[in-house]
Amino acid sequence: MLFIIRKRLFQLFIVLLVLSIFTFTLMKLAPGDPVLTILNADEMLVTEEDQAKLRSDLGFDQPLYVQYGKWMLNLAQLDLGKSYMTGKPVWDELMERLQITIELTTFALFIMISIAIPLGVLAAINAGRWPDQVSRILALIGASIPNFWLGLILIYLFTFKLQILPSSGIGSYSHIILPAFTLGFTFAVVYARLLRAGLLQSMSEDFILAGRARGLKEWRILWIHAFRAAILPVITVFGLSIGSFLGGAVVVEILFSWPGLGSLAVEAIFNRDYPVIQGYVLLTGIFVVIVNLLVDLSYYVIDPRINRKEEAL
Amino acid sequence: MKINVQMPKAIKLGIKIKNENHMIICGLSFLTVIIFITLLGPFIVPNDPLSANMSERLASPSVTYPLGTDHMGRCIFSRLVIGAQATLGITGLVVASVVMIGIPIGLVTGYIGGRIDSVIMRLVDGLLALPEFILAITIAGFLGPSLINLMISIVFVKWIGYTRVVRGIVILERNKDYVSAAKVSGSSNWKIIRRHLLPQIISPVLVLAALDIGKVILIISSLSYLGLGAQPPAPEWGAMLNDGRPYFQTVPELMIYPGLAIFFVVLSFNLIGEGLRDKLDVKRH
Repeated sequence: MLFIIRKRLFQLFIVLLVLSIFTFTLMKLAPGDPVLTILNADEMLVTEEDQAKLRSDLGFDQPLYVQYGKWMLNLAQLDLGKSYMTGKPVWDELMERLQITIELTTFALFIMISIAIPLGVLAAINAGRWPDQVSRILALIGASIPNFWLGLILIYLFTFKLQILPSSGIGSYSHIILPAFTLGFTFAVVYARLLRAGLLQSMSEDFILAGRARGLKEWRILWIHAFRAAILPVITVFGLSIGSFLGGAVVVEILFSWPGLGSLAVEAIFNRDYPVIQGYVLLTGIFVVIVNLLVDLSYYVIDPRINRKEEAL
Repeated sequence: MKINVQMPKAIKLGIKIKNENHMIICGLSFLTVIIFITLLGPFIVPNDPLSANMSERLASPSVTYPLGTDHMGRCIFSRLVIGAQATLGITGLVVASVVMIGIPIGLVTGYIGGRIDSVIMRLVDGLLALPEFILAITIAGFLGPSLINLMISIVFVKWIGYTRVVRGIVILERNKDYVSAAKVSGSSNWKIIRRHLLPQIISPVLVLAALDIGKVILIISSLSYLGLGAQPPAPEWGAMLNDGRPYFQTVPELMIYPGLAIFFVVLSFNLIGEGLRDKLDVKRH
Protein backbone atom coordinates (compact mmCIF):
# COMPACT_ATOMS: atom_id res chain seq x y z
CA MET A 1 0.00 0.00 0.00
CA LEU A 2 2.82 2.37 0.90
CA PHE A 3 4.50 1.41 -2.33
CA ILE A 4 1.48 2.54 -4.29
CA ILE A 5 1.32 5.85 -2.46
CA ARG A 6 5.00 6.47 -3.05
CA LYS A 7 4.68 5.57 -6.72
CA ARG A 8 1.72 7.90 -7.19
CA LEU A 9 3.40 10.78 -5.35
CA PHE A 10 6.39 10.43 -7.64
CA GLN A 11 4.00 10.40 -10.59
CA LEU A 12 2.33 13.53 -9.25
CA PHE A 13 5.70 15.23 -9.21
CA ILE A 14 6.46 14.20 -12.82
CA VAL A 15 3.00 15.25 -13.95
CA LEU A 16 3.37 18.67 -12.38
CA LEU A 17 6.79 19.09 -13.92
CA VAL A 18 5.67 18.08 -17.41
CA LEU A 19 2.48 20.13 -17.24
CA SER A 20 4.29 23.19 -15.94
CA ILE A 21 6.86 23.03 -18.75
CA PHE A 22 4.08 22.31 -21.23
CA THR A 23 1.87 25.24 -20.26
CA PHE A 24 4.84 27.54 -19.85
CA THR A 25 6.03 26.68 -23.38
CA LEU A 26 2.57 27.10 -24.83
CA MET A 27 2.21 30.45 -23.15
CA LYS A 28 5.43 31.64 -24.74
CA LEU A 29 4.48 30.21 -28.14
CA ALA A 30 1.01 31.72 -28.10
CA PRO A 31 0.38 34.40 -30.67
CA GLY A 32 -0.53 37.86 -29.48
CA ASP A 33 1.14 39.93 -26.83
CA PRO A 34 -0.43 39.58 -23.36
CA VAL A 35 0.89 43.04 -22.46
CA LEU A 36 -1.20 44.58 -25.22
CA THR A 37 -4.18 42.45 -24.18
CA ILE A 38 -4.01 43.65 -20.58
CA LEU A 39 -3.67 47.25 -21.66
CA ASN A 40 -6.60 46.75 -24.01
CA ALA A 41 -4.58 48.14 -26.91
CA ASP A 42 -7.37 47.56 -29.41
CA GLU A 43 -9.50 50.23 -27.88
CA MET A 44 -7.12 52.48 -25.99
CA LEU A 45 -4.05 54.45 -26.89
CA VAL A 46 -1.04 52.73 -25.37
CA THR A 47 2.33 54.43 -25.10
CA GLU A 48 5.67 52.64 -25.39
CA GLU A 49 6.44 53.59 -21.79
CA ASP A 50 3.27 52.01 -20.45
CA GLN A 51 4.12 48.85 -22.32
CA ALA A 52 7.70 48.73 -21.08
CA LYS A 53 6.62 49.35 -17.52
CA LEU A 54 4.03 46.59 -17.50
CA ARG A 55 6.48 44.27 -19.23
CA SER A 56 9.03 44.69 -16.48
CA ASP A 57 6.33 44.54 -13.80
CA LEU A 58 5.28 41.16 -15.14
CA GLY A 59 8.91 40.07 -15.53
CA PHE A 60 8.55 39.49 -19.26
CA ASP A 61 11.84 41.27 -19.99
CA GLN A 62 13.91 38.58 -18.26
CA PRO A 63 15.34 35.45 -19.91
CA LEU A 64 12.94 32.52 -20.23
CA TYR A 65 14.62 30.22 -17.70
CA VAL A 66 14.52 33.00 -15.08
CA GLN A 67 10.83 33.49 -15.79
CA TYR A 68 10.21 29.76 -15.50
CA GLY A 69 12.23 29.50 -12.28
CA LYS A 70 10.35 32.38 -10.69
CA TRP A 71 7.08 30.96 -11.83
CA MET A 72 7.92 27.56 -10.29
CA LEU A 73 9.01 29.17 -7.01
CA ASN A 74 5.72 30.99 -6.81
CA LEU A 75 3.86 27.84 -7.75
CA ALA A 76 5.42 26.03 -4.81
CA GLN A 77 3.73 28.63 -2.59
CA LEU A 78 0.42 28.13 -4.40
CA ASP A 79 0.87 31.48 -6.05
CA LEU A 80 -0.21 31.07 -9.67
CA GLY A 81 -0.04 34.73 -10.49
CA LYS A 82 -2.88 37.11 -11.13
CA SER A 83 -5.57 36.92 -13.73
CA TYR A 84 -4.96 39.33 -16.61
CA MET A 85 -8.66 40.07 -16.73
CA THR A 86 -9.83 40.53 -13.16
CA GLY A 87 -6.50 41.14 -11.44
CA LYS A 88 -7.48 38.68 -8.72
CA PRO A 89 -5.07 35.91 -7.68
CA VAL A 90 -5.59 32.88 -9.96
CA TRP A 91 -5.54 30.48 -7.02
CA ASP A 92 -8.47 32.25 -5.31
CA GLU A 93 -10.45 32.30 -8.50
CA LEU A 94 -9.85 28.62 -9.15
CA MET A 95 -10.90 27.67 -5.63
CA GLU A 96 -14.06 29.74 -5.88
CA ARG A 97 -15.07 28.01 -9.12
CA LEU A 98 -13.88 24.57 -7.98
CA GLN A 99 -16.63 24.40 -5.37
CA ILE A 100 -19.29 25.01 -7.98
CA THR A 101 -17.83 22.37 -10.28
CA ILE A 102 -17.59 19.86 -7.44
CA GLU A 103 -21.27 20.38 -6.75
CA LEU A 104 -22.10 19.51 -10.36
CA THR A 105 -19.76 16.54 -10.67
CA THR A 106 -20.83 15.02 -7.35
CA PHE A 107 -24.43 15.14 -8.40
CA ALA A 108 -23.55 13.77 -11.84
CA LEU A 109 -21.66 10.91 -10.19
CA PHE A 110 -24.66 10.20 -8.02
CA ILE A 111 -26.92 10.06 -11.09
CA MET A 112 -24.37 7.95 -12.90
CA ILE A 113 -24.22 5.39 -10.11
CA SER A 114 -27.96 5.24 -9.71
CA ILE A 115 -28.34 4.44 -13.42
CA ALA A 116 -25.29 2.22 -13.90
CA ILE A 117 -25.77 -0.20 -11.01
CA PRO A 118 -29.42 -1.21 -11.56
CA LEU A 119 -28.93 -1.32 -15.33
CA GLY A 120 -25.75 -3.39 -15.10
CA VAL A 121 -27.23 -5.84 -12.59
CA LEU A 122 -30.44 -6.21 -14.59
CA ALA A 123 -28.46 -6.86 -17.76
CA ALA A 124 -26.31 -9.47 -16.02
CA ILE A 125 -29.26 -11.29 -14.43
CA ASN A 126 -31.01 -11.36 -17.79
CA ALA A 127 -27.92 -11.97 -19.94
CA GLY A 128 -28.99 -12.53 -23.53
CA ARG A 129 -32.59 -11.47 -22.92
CA TRP A 130 -34.26 -8.12 -23.61
CA PRO A 131 -33.00 -6.09 -20.61
CA ASP A 132 -29.50 -7.04 -21.72
CA GLN A 133 -30.23 -5.90 -25.27
CA VAL A 134 -31.70 -2.62 -24.01
CA SER A 135 -28.61 -1.88 -21.95
CA ARG A 136 -26.45 -2.77 -24.94
CA ILE A 137 -28.31 -0.35 -27.20
CA LEU A 138 -28.23 2.37 -24.52
CA ALA A 139 -24.47 1.92 -24.24
CA LEU A 140 -24.05 2.31 -28.00
CA ILE A 141 -26.18 5.44 -27.93
CA GLY A 142 -24.26 6.78 -24.95
CA ALA A 143 -20.94 6.27 -26.74
CA SER A 144 -22.18 7.91 -29.94
CA ILE A 145 -24.19 10.91 -28.76
CA PRO A 146 -22.44 14.27 -28.36
CA ASN A 147 -23.19 15.14 -24.75
CA PHE A 148 -23.85 18.78 -25.52
CA TRP A 149 -26.48 17.68 -28.01
CA LEU A 150 -28.09 15.43 -25.42
CA GLY A 151 -28.12 18.49 -23.17
CA LEU A 152 -29.73 20.64 -25.87
CA ILE A 153 -32.48 18.07 -26.36
CA LEU A 154 -33.09 17.86 -22.62
CA ILE A 155 -33.31 21.66 -22.43
CA TYR A 156 -35.79 21.65 -25.28
CA LEU A 157 -37.95 19.00 -23.65
CA PHE A 158 -37.84 20.00 -20.01
CA THR A 159 -37.39 23.75 -20.22
CA PHE A 160 -39.31 24.78 -23.31
CA LYS A 161 -41.92 22.07 -23.77
CA LEU A 162 -42.73 20.85 -20.26
CA GLN A 163 -41.42 23.96 -18.52
CA ILE A 164 -40.52 22.11 -15.36
CA LEU A 165 -36.74 22.58 -15.13
CA PRO A 166 -34.56 25.67 -15.62
CA SER A 167 -31.95 25.51 -18.39
CA SER A 168 -29.26 27.68 -16.86
CA GLY A 169 -27.86 29.18 -13.72
CA ILE A 170 -27.33 27.78 -10.26
CA GLY A 171 -29.15 28.00 -6.97
CA SER A 172 -31.63 25.25 -6.32
CA TYR A 173 -31.69 21.51 -6.85
CA SER A 174 -33.85 21.94 -9.92
CA HIS A 175 -30.96 23.78 -11.57
CA ILE A 176 -28.60 20.89 -11.11
CA ILE A 177 -30.76 18.07 -12.50
CA LEU A 178 -30.38 18.68 -16.24
CA PRO A 179 -26.61 19.37 -16.31
CA ALA A 180 -25.86 16.49 -13.95
CA PHE A 181 -27.98 14.08 -15.96
CA THR A 182 -26.37 15.22 -19.22
CA LEU A 183 -22.93 14.62 -17.77
CA GLY A 184 -23.78 11.40 -15.98
CA PHE A 185 -25.85 9.56 -18.57
CA THR A 186 -23.22 8.90 -21.25
CA PHE A 187 -20.88 7.46 -18.64
CA ALA A 188 -23.57 5.53 -16.79
CA VAL A 189 -24.62 3.38 -19.74
CA VAL A 190 -21.02 2.46 -20.53
CA TYR A 191 -20.28 1.54 -16.92
CA ALA A 192 -23.43 -0.54 -16.81
CA ARG A 193 -21.93 -2.73 -19.56
CA LEU A 194 -18.66 -3.04 -17.66
CA LEU A 195 -20.52 -3.99 -14.50
CA ARG A 196 -22.50 -6.60 -16.43
CA ALA A 197 -19.33 -8.14 -17.86
CA GLY A 198 -17.71 -8.13 -14.41
CA LEU A 199 -20.75 -9.73 -12.78
CA LEU A 200 -20.98 -12.47 -15.38
CA GLN A 201 -17.33 -13.26 -14.87
CA SER A 202 -17.36 -13.21 -11.09
CA MET A 203 -20.53 -15.32 -10.94
CA SER A 204 -18.66 -18.13 -12.63
CA GLU A 205 -15.84 -18.13 -10.10
CA ASP A 206 -15.23 -20.71 -7.41
CA PHE A 207 -16.05 -18.51 -4.44
CA ILE A 208 -19.59 -18.13 -5.78
CA LEU A 209 -19.91 -21.90 -6.08
CA ALA A 210 -18.61 -22.16 -2.53
CA GLY A 211 -21.20 -19.65 -1.42
CA ARG A 212 -23.95 -21.60 -3.10
CA ALA A 213 -22.68 -24.82 -1.52
CA ARG A 214 -22.87 -23.18 1.90
CA GLY A 215 -26.48 -22.39 1.11
CA LEU A 216 -26.21 -18.60 0.96
CA LYS A 217 -29.26 -16.81 -0.37
CA GLU A 218 -29.01 -15.95 -4.04
CA TRP A 219 -29.41 -12.16 -3.46
CA ARG A 220 -26.58 -12.26 -0.96
CA ILE A 221 -24.33 -14.02 -3.43
CA LEU A 222 -25.15 -11.50 -6.12
CA TRP A 223 -25.11 -8.24 -4.22
CA ILE A 224 -22.37 -8.93 -1.73
CA HIS A 225 -19.98 -11.49 -3.13
CA ALA A 226 -20.21 -11.20 -6.90
CA PHE A 227 -20.82 -7.45 -6.86
CA ARG A 228 -17.74 -6.78 -4.78
CA ALA A 229 -15.51 -8.51 -7.29
CA ALA A 230 -17.33 -7.07 -10.30
CA ILE A 231 -17.10 -3.45 -9.19
CA LEU A 232 -13.28 -3.39 -9.39
CA PRO A 233 -12.93 -3.12 -13.17
CA VAL A 234 -15.64 -0.47 -13.14
CA ILE A 235 -13.70 1.59 -10.61
CA THR A 236 -10.48 1.13 -12.58
CA VAL A 237 -12.07 2.39 -15.76
CA PHE A 238 -13.66 5.23 -13.85
CA GLY A 239 -10.23 6.26 -12.58
CA LEU A 240 -8.88 6.14 -16.13
CA SER A 241 -11.78 8.12 -17.51
CA ILE A 242 -12.08 10.74 -14.76
CA GLY A 243 -10.35 12.94 -17.30
CA SER A 244 -13.09 12.54 -19.90
CA PHE A 245 -15.56 13.21 -17.11
CA LEU A 246 -13.89 16.55 -16.36
CA GLY A 247 -13.66 17.26 -20.09
CA GLY A 248 -17.37 16.56 -20.45
CA ALA A 249 -17.98 18.88 -17.52
CA VAL A 250 -16.42 21.76 -19.49
CA VAL A 251 -18.92 21.41 -22.33
CA VAL A 252 -21.84 20.84 -19.97
CA GLU A 253 -20.91 23.89 -17.90
CA ILE A 254 -20.85 26.07 -20.99
CA LEU A 255 -24.12 24.62 -22.23
CA PHE A 256 -25.98 25.21 -18.98
CA SER A 257 -24.17 28.45 -18.05
CA TRP A 258 -22.83 26.72 -14.95
CA PRO A 259 -20.20 29.07 -13.51
CA GLY A 260 -17.66 26.39 -12.59
CA LEU A 261 -14.04 25.67 -13.45
CA GLY A 262 -14.84 24.66 -17.03
CA SER A 263 -16.61 27.93 -17.77
CA LEU A 264 -13.70 29.78 -16.19
CA ALA A 265 -11.26 27.92 -18.43
CA VAL A 266 -13.20 28.61 -21.62
CA GLU A 267 -13.64 32.29 -20.72
CA ALA A 268 -9.91 32.47 -20.04
CA ILE A 269 -9.16 30.86 -23.42
CA PHE A 270 -11.21 33.44 -25.27
CA ASN A 271 -9.72 36.28 -23.24
CA ARG A 272 -6.15 34.96 -23.64
CA ASP A 273 -5.94 35.01 -19.86
CA TYR A 274 -2.92 32.68 -19.76
CA PRO A 275 -2.27 32.51 -16.00
CA VAL A 276 -5.83 31.27 -15.49
CA ILE A 277 -5.50 28.63 -18.22
CA GLN A 278 -2.22 27.47 -16.70
CA GLY A 279 -3.75 27.26 -13.26
CA TYR A 280 -6.69 25.30 -14.59
CA VAL A 281 -4.46 22.83 -16.43
CA LEU A 282 -2.27 22.24 -13.38
CA LEU A 283 -5.22 21.86 -11.04
CA THR A 284 -6.89 19.34 -13.34
CA GLY A 285 -3.67 17.35 -13.66
CA ILE A 286 -3.25 17.17 -9.88
CA PHE A 287 -6.87 16.19 -9.47
CA VAL A 288 -6.61 13.34 -11.98
CA VAL A 289 -3.51 11.90 -10.30
CA ILE A 290 -5.10 12.12 -6.86
CA VAL A 291 -8.27 10.39 -8.03
CA ASN A 292 -6.16 7.60 -9.48
CA LEU A 293 -4.32 7.28 -6.19
CA LEU A 294 -7.66 6.89 -4.42
CA VAL A 295 -8.73 4.32 -7.02
CA ASP A 296 -5.57 2.30 -6.39
CA LEU A 297 -6.14 2.44 -2.66
CA SER A 298 -9.77 1.42 -3.00
CA TYR A 299 -8.65 -1.93 -4.43
CA TYR A 300 -7.26 -2.87 -1.05
CA VAL A 301 -10.49 -2.08 0.69
CA ILE A 302 -12.74 -3.79 -1.85
CA ASP A 303 -10.71 -6.85 -2.74
CA PRO A 304 -8.75 -8.31 0.18
CA ARG A 305 -7.19 -10.84 -2.20
CA ILE A 306 -4.86 -8.14 -3.51
CA ASN A 307 -3.27 -7.54 -0.11
CA ARG A 308 -2.75 -11.25 0.40
CA LYS A 309 -1.11 -11.59 -2.98
CA GLU A 310 1.28 -8.83 -2.14
CA GLU A 311 2.13 -10.36 1.22
CA ALA A 312 2.80 -13.66 -0.47
CA LEU A 313 5.33 -12.06 -2.80
CA MET B 1 -32.45 -13.83 -9.28
CA LYS B 2 -30.24 -16.50 -10.67
CA ILE B 3 -27.61 -15.56 -13.17
CA ASN B 4 -27.45 -17.96 -16.04
CA VAL B 5 -23.79 -18.42 -16.78
CA GLN B 6 -23.86 -22.08 -17.60
CA MET B 7 -24.98 -21.38 -21.12
CA PRO B 8 -23.57 -24.00 -23.48
CA LYS B 9 -20.44 -22.72 -25.17
CA ALA B 10 -21.62 -23.38 -28.70
CA ILE B 11 -24.83 -21.40 -28.32
CA LYS B 12 -23.01 -18.52 -26.69
CA LEU B 13 -20.46 -18.46 -29.45
CA GLY B 14 -23.14 -18.66 -32.10
CA ILE B 15 -24.97 -15.62 -30.76
CA LYS B 16 -21.73 -13.73 -30.40
CA ILE B 17 -20.49 -14.28 -33.90
CA LYS B 18 -23.86 -13.34 -35.32
CA ASN B 19 -23.87 -10.14 -33.29
CA GLU B 20 -20.40 -9.08 -34.36
CA ASN B 21 -21.22 -9.54 -38.00
CA HIS B 22 -24.49 -7.71 -37.61
CA MET B 23 -22.73 -4.78 -35.98
CA ILE B 24 -20.07 -4.55 -38.65
CA ILE B 25 -22.56 -4.90 -41.50
CA CYS B 26 -24.91 -2.38 -39.93
CA GLY B 27 -22.09 0.10 -39.37
CA LEU B 28 -20.63 -0.41 -42.82
CA SER B 29 -23.96 0.13 -44.54
CA PHE B 30 -24.60 3.36 -42.61
CA LEU B 31 -21.10 4.46 -43.47
CA THR B 32 -21.41 3.63 -47.16
CA VAL B 33 -24.52 5.78 -47.41
CA ILE B 34 -22.83 8.62 -45.54
CA ILE B 35 -19.66 8.48 -47.64
CA PHE B 36 -21.73 8.27 -50.81
CA ILE B 37 -23.68 11.40 -49.85
CA THR B 38 -20.48 13.18 -48.82
CA LEU B 39 -18.70 12.45 -52.08
CA LEU B 40 -21.71 13.32 -54.21
CA GLY B 41 -22.34 16.37 -52.01
CA PRO B 42 -21.44 19.15 -54.43
CA PHE B 43 -23.65 17.61 -57.14
CA ILE B 44 -26.75 16.91 -55.09
CA VAL B 45 -27.06 20.00 -52.90
CA PRO B 46 -29.94 22.17 -54.09
CA ASN B 47 -28.47 25.47 -52.82
CA ASP B 48 -25.19 27.16 -52.06
CA PRO B 49 -24.47 26.32 -48.38
CA LEU B 50 -22.97 29.76 -47.79
CA SER B 51 -25.43 32.03 -49.57
CA ALA B 52 -27.61 33.85 -47.07
CA ASN B 53 -31.09 34.96 -47.99
CA MET B 54 -32.51 37.10 -45.22
CA SER B 55 -36.03 37.16 -46.67
CA GLU B 56 -36.21 33.37 -46.33
CA ARG B 57 -34.76 33.04 -42.82
CA LEU B 58 -35.98 30.22 -40.58
CA ALA B 59 -38.27 28.97 -43.37
CA SER B 60 -40.02 25.62 -43.05
CA PRO B 61 -39.13 22.74 -45.36
CA SER B 62 -40.14 23.33 -48.99
CA VAL B 63 -39.20 22.12 -52.46
CA THR B 64 -36.34 24.62 -52.70
CA TYR B 65 -35.17 24.02 -49.12
CA PRO B 66 -35.77 20.33 -48.26
CA LEU B 67 -35.05 20.84 -44.55
CA GLY B 68 -35.87 24.53 -44.31
CA THR B 69 -33.43 27.39 -43.72
CA ASP B 70 -31.41 28.61 -40.76
CA HIS B 71 -31.33 32.03 -39.07
CA MET B 72 -29.45 33.51 -42.03
CA GLY B 73 -31.74 32.02 -44.63
CA ARG B 74 -29.18 29.40 -45.65
CA CYS B 75 -30.31 25.98 -46.82
CA ILE B 76 -29.94 23.56 -43.88
CA PHE B 77 -29.83 20.49 -46.09
CA SER B 78 -27.03 21.87 -48.24
CA ARG B 79 -25.09 22.92 -45.17
CA LEU B 80 -25.46 19.47 -43.64
CA VAL B 81 -24.23 17.70 -46.77
CA ILE B 82 -21.29 20.03 -47.32
CA GLY B 83 -20.61 19.99 -43.57
CA ALA B 84 -20.10 16.24 -43.81
CA GLN B 85 -17.07 16.89 -45.98
CA ALA B 86 -15.61 19.18 -43.34
CA THR B 87 -16.28 16.84 -40.43
CA LEU B 88 -15.26 13.60 -42.16
CA GLY B 89 -12.33 15.18 -43.99
CA ILE B 90 -10.83 16.66 -40.83
CA THR B 91 -11.41 13.45 -38.93
CA GLY B 92 -9.79 11.36 -41.66
CA LEU B 93 -6.75 13.63 -41.76
CA VAL B 94 -6.44 13.67 -37.98
CA VAL B 95 -6.70 9.90 -37.59
CA ALA B 96 -4.28 9.29 -40.48
CA SER B 97 -1.69 11.67 -39.01
CA VAL B 98 -2.11 10.18 -35.57
CA VAL B 99 -1.50 6.67 -36.91
CA MET B 100 1.50 7.82 -38.95
CA ILE B 101 3.07 9.46 -35.91
CA GLY B 102 2.02 7.02 -33.22
CA ILE B 103 3.03 3.74 -34.89
CA PRO B 104 6.67 4.55 -35.78
CA ILE B 105 7.39 6.09 -32.37
CA GLY B 106 5.79 3.14 -30.61
CA LEU B 107 7.67 0.60 -32.75
CA VAL B 108 11.02 2.26 -32.27
CA THR B 109 10.77 3.09 -28.57
CA GLY B 110 9.38 -0.35 -27.79
CA TYR B 111 12.05 -2.14 -29.83
CA ILE B 112 15.01 -0.14 -28.57
CA GLY B 113 13.76 0.06 -25.02
CA GLY B 114 16.20 1.26 -22.42
CA ARG B 115 16.62 4.79 -21.23
CA ILE B 116 15.24 6.67 -24.23
CA ASP B 117 12.10 4.59 -24.02
CA SER B 118 11.54 5.20 -20.33
CA VAL B 119 12.20 8.94 -20.60
CA ILE B 120 9.74 9.29 -23.49
CA MET B 121 7.14 7.24 -21.68
CA ARG B 122 7.51 9.21 -18.45
CA LEU B 123 6.95 12.45 -20.37
CA VAL B 124 3.98 10.94 -22.13
CA ASP B 125 2.52 9.77 -18.83
CA GLY B 126 2.83 13.28 -17.51
CA LEU B 127 0.82 14.61 -20.42
CA LEU B 128 -1.68 11.77 -20.19
CA ALA B 129 -2.62 12.84 -16.68
CA LEU B 130 -4.40 15.65 -18.41
CA PRO B 131 -7.74 14.69 -19.91
CA GLU B 132 -7.41 14.64 -23.69
CA PHE B 133 -10.33 16.96 -24.18
CA ILE B 134 -8.87 19.49 -21.76
CA LEU B 135 -5.46 19.14 -23.37
CA ALA B 136 -7.07 19.79 -26.75
CA ILE B 137 -8.98 22.88 -25.62
CA THR B 138 -5.85 24.20 -23.93
CA ILE B 139 -3.74 23.86 -27.07
CA ALA B 140 -6.53 25.14 -29.30
CA GLY B 141 -6.96 27.98 -26.82
CA PHE B 142 -3.30 28.96 -26.71
CA LEU B 143 -2.90 28.75 -30.48
CA GLY B 144 -6.13 30.62 -31.11
CA PRO B 145 -9.44 29.34 -32.42
CA SER B 146 -9.25 27.95 -35.96
CA LEU B 147 -9.79 24.68 -37.77
CA ILE B 148 -6.07 24.06 -38.36
CA ASN B 149 -5.21 24.66 -34.70
CA LEU B 150 -8.03 22.35 -33.72
CA MET B 151 -6.52 19.61 -35.90
CA ILE B 152 -3.04 20.20 -34.52
CA SER B 153 -4.29 19.98 -30.97
CA ILE B 154 -6.21 16.74 -31.52
CA VAL B 155 -3.27 15.09 -33.29
CA PHE B 156 -1.00 16.19 -30.47
CA VAL B 157 -3.31 14.61 -27.93
CA LYS B 158 -4.18 11.43 -29.77
CA TRP B 159 -0.85 10.01 -31.00
CA ILE B 160 0.08 9.16 -27.42
CA GLY B 161 -2.55 6.42 -27.20
CA TYR B 162 -1.28 4.71 -30.36
CA THR B 163 2.31 4.91 -29.26
CA ARG B 164 1.45 3.24 -25.98
CA VAL B 165 -0.52 0.42 -27.56
CA VAL B 166 2.12 -0.27 -30.21
CA ARG B 167 4.93 -0.07 -27.70
CA GLY B 168 3.14 -2.47 -25.35
CA ILE B 169 2.75 -5.07 -28.09
CA VAL B 170 6.33 -4.67 -29.31
CA ILE B 171 7.69 -5.12 -25.78
CA LEU B 172 5.67 -8.34 -25.44
CA GLU B 173 6.77 -9.66 -28.81
CA ARG B 174 10.40 -8.62 -29.06
CA ASN B 175 11.68 -11.30 -26.69
CA LYS B 176 9.76 -14.13 -28.32
CA ASP B 177 11.59 -16.93 -30.09
CA TYR B 178 10.63 -15.99 -33.60
CA VAL B 179 12.23 -12.57 -33.19
CA SER B 180 15.39 -14.12 -31.77
CA ALA B 181 15.40 -16.59 -34.63
CA ALA B 182 15.17 -13.76 -37.12
CA LYS B 183 18.01 -11.96 -35.36
CA VAL B 184 20.22 -15.06 -35.36
CA SER B 185 19.57 -15.65 -39.03
CA GLY B 186 20.92 -12.21 -39.72
CA SER B 187 17.87 -10.00 -40.21
CA SER B 188 18.52 -6.35 -39.65
CA ASN B 189 16.60 -4.49 -36.93
CA TRP B 190 14.75 -2.63 -39.63
CA LYS B 191 13.67 -5.87 -41.27
CA ILE B 192 12.56 -7.36 -37.95
CA ILE B 193 10.42 -4.33 -37.22
CA ARG B 194 8.94 -4.26 -40.70
CA ARG B 195 8.44 -7.96 -41.39
CA HIS B 196 7.77 -9.40 -37.95
CA LEU B 197 6.59 -6.72 -35.56
CA LEU B 198 4.52 -4.50 -37.83
CA PRO B 199 2.03 -7.27 -38.76
CA GLN B 200 1.40 -7.91 -35.04
CA ILE B 201 0.13 -4.41 -34.43
CA ILE B 202 -2.18 -4.07 -37.39
CA SER B 203 -5.38 -5.45 -35.93
CA PRO B 204 -5.14 -3.67 -32.55
CA VAL B 205 -4.37 -0.39 -34.32
CA LEU B 206 -7.22 -0.93 -36.75
CA VAL B 207 -9.69 -1.47 -33.90
CA LEU B 208 -8.28 1.46 -31.95
CA ALA B 209 -8.57 3.68 -35.01
CA ALA B 210 -12.13 2.62 -35.77
CA LEU B 211 -13.21 3.33 -32.20
CA ASP B 212 -11.21 6.55 -32.16
CA ILE B 213 -12.79 8.01 -35.28
CA GLY B 214 -16.05 8.31 -33.39
CA LYS B 215 -14.32 9.97 -30.46
CA VAL B 216 -12.44 12.35 -32.74
CA ILE B 217 -15.69 13.40 -34.41
CA LEU B 218 -17.18 14.05 -30.99
CA ILE B 219 -14.15 16.10 -29.88
CA ILE B 220 -14.16 18.12 -33.11
CA SER B 221 -17.84 18.89 -32.84
CA SER B 222 -17.58 19.72 -29.13
CA LEU B 223 -14.67 22.08 -29.76
CA SER B 224 -16.50 23.66 -32.69
CA TYR B 225 -19.55 24.00 -30.48
CA LEU B 226 -17.43 25.87 -27.93
CA GLY B 227 -16.29 28.13 -30.78
CA LEU B 228 -12.72 26.78 -30.85
CA GLY B 229 -13.00 24.92 -34.14
CA ALA B 230 -14.57 25.75 -37.47
CA GLN B 231 -15.32 29.46 -37.65
CA PRO B 232 -18.57 30.80 -39.10
CA PRO B 233 -19.84 30.79 -41.78
CA ALA B 234 -18.13 27.44 -42.58
CA PRO B 235 -20.70 24.65 -42.49
CA GLU B 236 -19.41 22.24 -39.85
CA TRP B 237 -21.86 20.23 -37.75
CA GLY B 238 -20.65 21.37 -34.33
CA ALA B 239 -20.47 24.98 -35.50
CA MET B 240 -23.98 24.68 -36.96
CA LEU B 241 -25.25 23.59 -33.55
CA ASN B 242 -23.53 26.58 -32.01
CA ASP B 243 -25.05 28.92 -34.63
CA GLY B 244 -28.54 27.56 -34.10
CA ARG B 245 -28.43 27.75 -30.32
CA PRO B 246 -30.27 31.11 -29.91
CA TYR B 247 -33.14 29.99 -32.13
CA PHE B 248 -33.68 26.47 -31.02
CA GLN B 249 -36.60 27.23 -28.75
CA THR B 250 -38.66 28.24 -31.77
CA VAL B 251 -36.91 26.22 -34.48
CA PRO B 252 -35.55 23.06 -32.84
CA GLU B 253 -34.76 21.61 -36.28
CA LEU B 254 -31.69 23.86 -36.37
CA MET B 255 -30.08 21.68 -33.71
CA ILE B 256 -31.83 18.40 -34.32
CA TYR B 257 -30.44 17.77 -37.82
CA PRO B 258 -26.74 18.46 -37.23
CA GLY B 259 -26.90 16.54 -33.95
CA LEU B 260 -28.51 13.55 -35.64
CA ALA B 261 -25.87 13.69 -38.36
CA ILE B 262 -23.06 13.58 -35.79
CA PHE B 263 -24.84 10.82 -33.90
CA PHE B 264 -25.28 8.54 -36.91
CA VAL B 265 -21.74 8.95 -38.18
CA VAL B 266 -20.27 8.26 -34.74
CA LEU B 267 -22.67 5.37 -34.25
CA SER B 268 -21.65 3.70 -37.49
CA PHE B 269 -17.96 3.93 -36.62
CA ASN B 270 -18.64 2.62 -33.13
CA LEU B 271 -20.56 -0.33 -34.55
CA ILE B 272 -17.68 -1.16 -36.88
CA GLY B 273 -15.08 -0.64 -34.16
CA GLU B 274 -16.81 -2.77 -31.54
CA GLY B 275 -17.68 -5.44 -34.06
CA LEU B 276 -14.05 -5.60 -35.18
CA ARG B 277 -12.80 -5.67 -31.62
CA ASP B 278 -14.91 -8.71 -30.76
CA LYS B 279 -14.15 -10.38 -34.05
CA LEU B 280 -10.41 -9.88 -33.98
CA ASP B 281 -10.46 -10.54 -30.23
CA VAL B 282 -8.43 -7.48 -29.34
CA LYS B 283 -8.29 -6.61 -25.67
CA ARG B 284 -9.20 -3.14 -24.47
CA HIS B 285 -6.17 -1.04 -23.80
